[in-house]
Amino acid sequence: MSEMRDMFVETAERLLRDHCTPALLREAAATGELPAGLWAAMVDAGLTKAAVAEDAGGSGADLADALALLVPAGRHGAPGPLAETLLAGWLLGRVGIAVPDEPLALAVPRAGEVIRFSDGAEGPRLAGRVTRVPWARAASGGIVVIADGSAGPVLALARPAGGAVSPAANLAGEPRDDVAFDGAAVEVAAASPVGRDEAWALGAAARSAQMAGALQTVLALSVQYAQDRVQFGKPLAKLQVIQQNLAIIATQAAAAAAGADAAIEAAGHDLSSLAIGAAKARAGEAASIACNIAHQVHGAIGFTREHALHVSTQRLWSWRDEFGNDAFWQQRLGERAVAAGADGLWAMITAAA
Amino acid sequence: MDAFSFAPPPASEAAERVRAEVRAFLAQELADRPPFERADSWNGFDAEFSRKLGDRGWVAMTWPKRYGGHERSALERYVVLEEMLAAGAPVGAHWIADRQSGPLIMKVGTDKQKDEVLPRIAAGECFFCIGMSEPDSGSDLASVRTKATKVQGGFVVNGTKVWTTNAHRAHYMILLCRTGEVTANRHAGLSQFLVDLKAADVEINPIIDIAGQHHFNEVVFKDTFLPDDAVLGEVGGGWAQVTSELALERSGPERFLSSFTLVVELLRALGPNPSPQATIAIGRLVAHFVTLRRLSRSVAGMLQAGADPAVQAAVVKDLGALIEQEIPEIARGLIAAEPDTRSTSDFVAVLAHTVLNAPSFSLRGGTREILRGMIARGLGLR
Ligand SMILES: Cc1cc2nc3c(=O)[nH]c(=O)nc-3n(C[C@H](O)[C@H](O)[C@H](O)COP(=O)(O)OP(=O)(O)OC[C@H]3O[C@@H](n4cnc5c(N)ncnc54)[C@H](O)[C@@H]3O)c2cc1C
Repeated sequence: MSEMRDMFVETAERLLRDHCTPALLREAAATGELPAGLWAAMVDAGLTKAAVAEDAGGSGADLADALALLVPAGRHGAPGPLAETLLAGWLLGRVGIAVPDEPLALAVPRAGEVIRFSDGAEGPRLAGRVTRVPWARAASGGIVVIADGSAGPVLALARPAGGAVSPAANLAGEPRDDVAFDGAAVEVAAASPVGRDEAWALGAAARSAQMAGALQTVLALSVQYAQDRVQFGKPLAKLQVIQQNLAIIATQAAAAAAGADAAIEAAGHDLSSLAIGAAKARAGEAASIACNIAHQVHGAIGFTREHALHVSTQRLWSWRDEFGNDAFWQQRLGERAVAAGADGLWAMITAAA
Repeated sequence: MDAFSFAPPPASEAAERVRAEVRAFLAQELADRPPFERADSWNGFDAEFSRKLGDRGWVAMTWPKRYGGHERSALERYVVLEEMLAAGAPVGAHWIADRQSGPLIMKVGTDKQKDEVLPRIAAGECFFCIGMSEPDSGSDLASVRTKATKVQGGFVVNGTKVWTTNAHRAHYMILLCRTGEVTANRHAGLSQFLVDLKAADVEINPIIDIAGQHHFNEVVFKDTFLPDDAVLGEVGGGWAQVTSELALERSGPERFLSSFTLVVELLRALGPNPSPQATIAIGRLVAHFVTLRRLSRSVAGMLQAGADPAVQAAVVKDLGALIEQEIPEIARGLIAAEPDTRSTSDFVAVLAHTVLNAPSFSLRGGTREILRGMIARGLGLR
């Protein structure tokens, strides 16, 4: 791990800890709006363009460094398209497109969806819809689209026409908007350095990192609550069954963190790495187990909007199904295992991470 | 929460070189080893095989040369271990000596003990067993009652050890027993002894396990004399020594690869066109192995760096045992078979072996509940 990465992660941790107050999180979840102060602070700290080269106005870190920032972002439930802006900025930078300072979204068509790119007499055009694009409505810098061109995947920076963004949200109130790209203004386009599958893997790596962070918060809140809450004359934490259950959360959080670490490293050089799918699938499983126990330990108070637990659990329940759910990635991994065969399975695993 | 941070495993080119060597060696050595026997890996006892590994420098890899070791890194050793286990090599004979007894002797033994025993372990020809558990002392290890009483020139030992894996074919036992009275401090008054099983007058009775195999034993000490120079480490310092030994016992790749042969045979039995459900189940296991390997290698790296990752080791062992025990359930859910250890189908025989052995995965080396108790302590809950 580089010194630069440590420094970035520390900066993010400090900044997000200060900004992501319960009030700010509540407000963002209720309105689906990007908290302007938080975003400005992240821009000032150079976080939003972490993986953009310095001569292009970025911070000059690499993709792995940028993904590592998403662990603290997940830990604090930071509202806003940090993940999307980091990934979109990295993609634009790779093809030499100037990266705006404003928030970006990333539209990766899922199975059954397609965005067509054409460049005829009337200039570059996009056609098609993508559902549940994270933070599309807040992307004042534009939406980076992975489109199908006649000669392969195209990376386009587009602004949808008025009314083309239909708002929707995930369980945590994070915007997941449907976007129609017909009639969108295409600001700039280039041959894409990644196809749909690799872009999808980028998203999965990002969510894995966020999930690892959110799981740390689920653990910390649960431990704290068990120590504070007194029943039968003693803190819950003194009861062995509670201790054992909290230990399970700790092991699941550790597994998700290890998966995310491996995915972050792998994403830096190989977006088809097995480590990414493994991280996303494992984090999904960890999320299900940990959220279940955390809510049990918290009792009724955890079942409210008032208590902070839901900030993390609602995100985890959403993120585990975004950019491929557990089964999606398990199937991909399984297909590769089948291709490797019984006698190639171990070599495949050791080569992964 | 420092007890829960897992440092990134250090990259090691040397380790990858060793991997290639070990794979080539195993491909030849194990070519005729049937899957049913591979499934036994770290229970498989083969003195000849252990000696071959000693010859190649794959035992005592990290130890100083002066004791027959090879001064390789913990990561290189890790690679050798995981390759052996994944391939189902019979590594049980030297496993305990290499993993914990040797390192313990190196740490607390006298020069004479070190010179006598360590080079033989390194050569792959000296095997150990662990004399901790007793009929009335399992998880509550500090309650052991086997007693060593000081006499002229040594100690006289009375008591019974149980579940002693390989006592019937090991050269030495490291015995934990009481040398002082039971006081308010339960951890005081315990000591360890290096017991030469060929010389000492002990009775070793087989205990047949649930799978019908003879791996563990009852070992009875009846006025057994042990000379003064059998004391290992400090008289009265046994508890600290035994806990440091247990940390070495908990995080290795044997803690998540016990059922790996079954995964291999399952994949083979599923063939080239498994159902989506089967593909997903296999993929899920891949995800678990990838993350567990990362965690386990991380602990190896931390041990190498001189840290004390006891809680992290408990995390790895608990997660590892869960998946090891789930594997036979997954396998039988995907392929209908009546488990039978004598089946001519490799899958069915390995399934039977794994079903029978699975209960031990969350018992030996510290039970699930005890490990979670350690993790809870790491969380500040107790
Ligand atoms: C295959 C195998 C090989 C072994 N090899 C050796 C060996 O070579 N040398 C050796 O010394 N020992 C060996 N053991 C013994 C092993 O270390 C013990 O089985 C283990 O320490 C548990 O002790 P026990 O079996 O007496 O169970 P107990 O301690 O009686 O426990 C029974 C159950 O109660 C639970 N329990 C106990 N205390 C608590 C508590 N405080 N809170 C909650 N639950 C609790 C346990 O988790 C377990 O589920 C081996 C065991 C097996 C299965």
